[in-house]
Amino acid sequence: MKESDFSSTTREKHRLPDDRGRFGAYGGKYVPETLMYALDELEAAYASAMADPIFQEGLERLQTHYVGRPTPLYFAERLTRSLGGARIYFKREDLAHTGAHKINNALGQCLLAQRMNKPRVIAETGAGQHGVATATAAALLGLECEVYMGAEDMERQRLNVFRMRLMGAKVTCVNSGSRTLKDAINEALRDWAANVEHTHYVLGTVHGPHPFPMICRDFQAVIGRETRRQLAEAEGRLPDLMIACVGGGSNSIGLFYDFLGDVSVRMIGVEAGGTKIAPGMHAARFAGGSFGMLQGAMSYVLQDKNGLIGSTHSVSAGLDYASVGPEHAYFHDNKRITYTYATDDEALDAFQRCSRLEGIIPALESAHAVAEVIKQAPAMDAGDIIVMNMSGRGDKDVQQAARFIMPDEEL
Amino acid sequence: MNRITRLFQENTARGKCAFIPFITGGDPSLAISEDIVVALEENGADLIEYGAPFSDPSGDGPVIQEASLRALQQGVTLRGILASIERVRKRSQVPLLIFTYYNPILVYGEKDFARDAANAGADGVLCVDLPPDDAGGYRDAMAANHLSTVFLAAPTSTDQRLALIGDASDTFVYYISRLGVTGERAAISQNLAQSVSRVREKTGKPVAVGFGISTPEQAETVSKIAEGVVVGSAMVRLIAEAGGAPDTARKAGAFARQLADAIKQG
Repeated sequence: MKESDFSSTTREKHRLPDDRGRFGAYGGKYVPETLMYALDELEAAYASAMADPIFQEGLERLQTHYVGRPTPLYFAERLTRSLGGARIYFKREDLAHTGAHKINNALGQCLLAQRMNKPRVIAETGAGQHGVATATAAALLGLECEVYMGAEDMERQRLNVFRMRLMGAKVTCVNSGSRTLKDAINEALRDWAANVEHTHYVLGTVHGPHPFPMICRDFQAVIGRETRRQLAEAEGRLPDLMIACVGGGSNSIGLFYDFLGDVSVRMIGVEAGGTKIAPGMHAARFAGGSFGMLQGAMSYVLQDKNGLIGSTHSVSAGLDYASVGPEHAYFHDNKRITYTYATDDEALDAFQRCSRLEGIIPALESAHAVAEVIKQAPAMDAGDIIVMNMSGRGDKDVQQAARFIMPDEEL
Repeated sequence: MNRITRLFQENTARGKCAFIPFITGGDPSLAISEDIVVALEENGADLIEYGAPFSDPSGDGPVIQEASLRALQQGVTLRGILASIERVRKRSQVPLLIFTYYNPILVYGEKDFARDAANAGADGVLCVDLPPDDAGGYRDAMAANHLSTVFLAAPTSTDQRLALIGDASDTFVYYISRLGVTGERAAISQNLAQSVSRVREKTGKPVAVGFGISTPEQAETVSKIAEGVVVGSAMVRLIAEAGGAPDTARKAGAFARQLADAIKQG
């Protein structure tokens, strides 16, 4: 492998978002006027933090000694043998502190809050992983923390609710609308508008108004940077295919970003196919969505012909969202990234196979990516390499999964 | 010249303050909303904000969220609001400002929406989550159909942003008197007079003040310092409490009369 192959060309080839926070037709800043100054303030604070070596060193030190980075790049030998095709690697974000990639962004943004002298942070959460990560970073940095969570998700993810409270966060139940992630975001936006002068909103994914999609992507891009280095060491080359699940899209953009300039690397994002691709029964925005604006950004949106936002379904709370990060919409349209979906059943099957073959219980979100690996690997050559982002661990999901896998048994 | 522009011109000439009630169209039903519009006009409303319900009203507090939800359950859409305005125009010439979130307009198509809204008899549009920064195409579409564009100004708006907001608003700006979402407040904010003066000076436009004004006393206070007083959640709550009974419009009218009288004294 040549020295030049070690460096990413993404930033030269892909200078987005533009000054107005746009990825082509997508992205932007669509919020009530009250929040516009906070977005400008955040953008300025982020630019100054990025240029400040002391901030960078502090972040790196915490990533190493607190989060446990770099996370391993693990060769999944038994899954590889069982599928009989490409060599499969997992990027083990499930081994990061708190059990998912969400900590990368939450920690970075909480450090930004501190830098902006905002003593309070708020967050939305679906599966609870981003809420837990924010509560964790807030505890570490001594910030007050409130997490908004849909009532349905609180039921699905009770363990995570307790974890957040244990770390001193206030968890507020959201009963409006569909009582899931989208409604938790609405409630967080309302809180932010009222308390914007002393509160930072730690948005958990690459969605929302600019600069959130950019900031979250940059904090997550560490996943791909490490992968490039680790795979060069293990195999001496680039991967042929990268696979990650896509809810808002932060773990996938985190893995893919460094490789976007490498044309030989194929990328697949896996959305939640739910029970079937019919209104209200899935969360596959690229399969059933259309151009729209939800919660601050232009993107693909699951909606009706009147522009009202549709309800969604997925066995995985973290993928159960009606829109998708604007950068994904951009790469969908220019075909740099391919998007597909896995159904609830496929994800549950992958959840079990991965547990049995590798002794790794994936998060139900990540199980959607495993399902796609199961489809792709057998058709590829034994010399090919797949890297999949194991974005989170499944401990939080065992109760939810058991309801589907063993519906008749008492737990 | 549309009815909104004419109203503010006349008011400026006479030194009058406009009374601007807000209602959610379709709560409890479009037919009753239309009766309410007529009753509000008969009881002193100068301009009515007619709210289109949206599935994700992230700028609204609980009262308007719930009204929105009830209207959506009736099947009310942005198209339904335009049809309703068309029916109102057979009964009333009160200036009407459509209050909506951006996505329904985006999906309708800005140009098609502007044409249909003007044909229905609307006079302007306030889009709560569309800041002027990205509203070029939207403003062109509205202007081509002689619809007023009203943009929000907030306590957090910088001088530079106020200038942008003033340029984008053709007749008046809507000043959010408090941080947060729509809803009633026990007291109006301190230093409001100073804030409103600043907004007027930096935008160069008349200023209507809303968010948190719910009683005749508050309305009177605000009418002394602003060109318009918006009462939203208090009116929507009163309508909700009437529960769709036959006297709903009469009750809304009676409350409007108290507010209008307070503003005229102011």
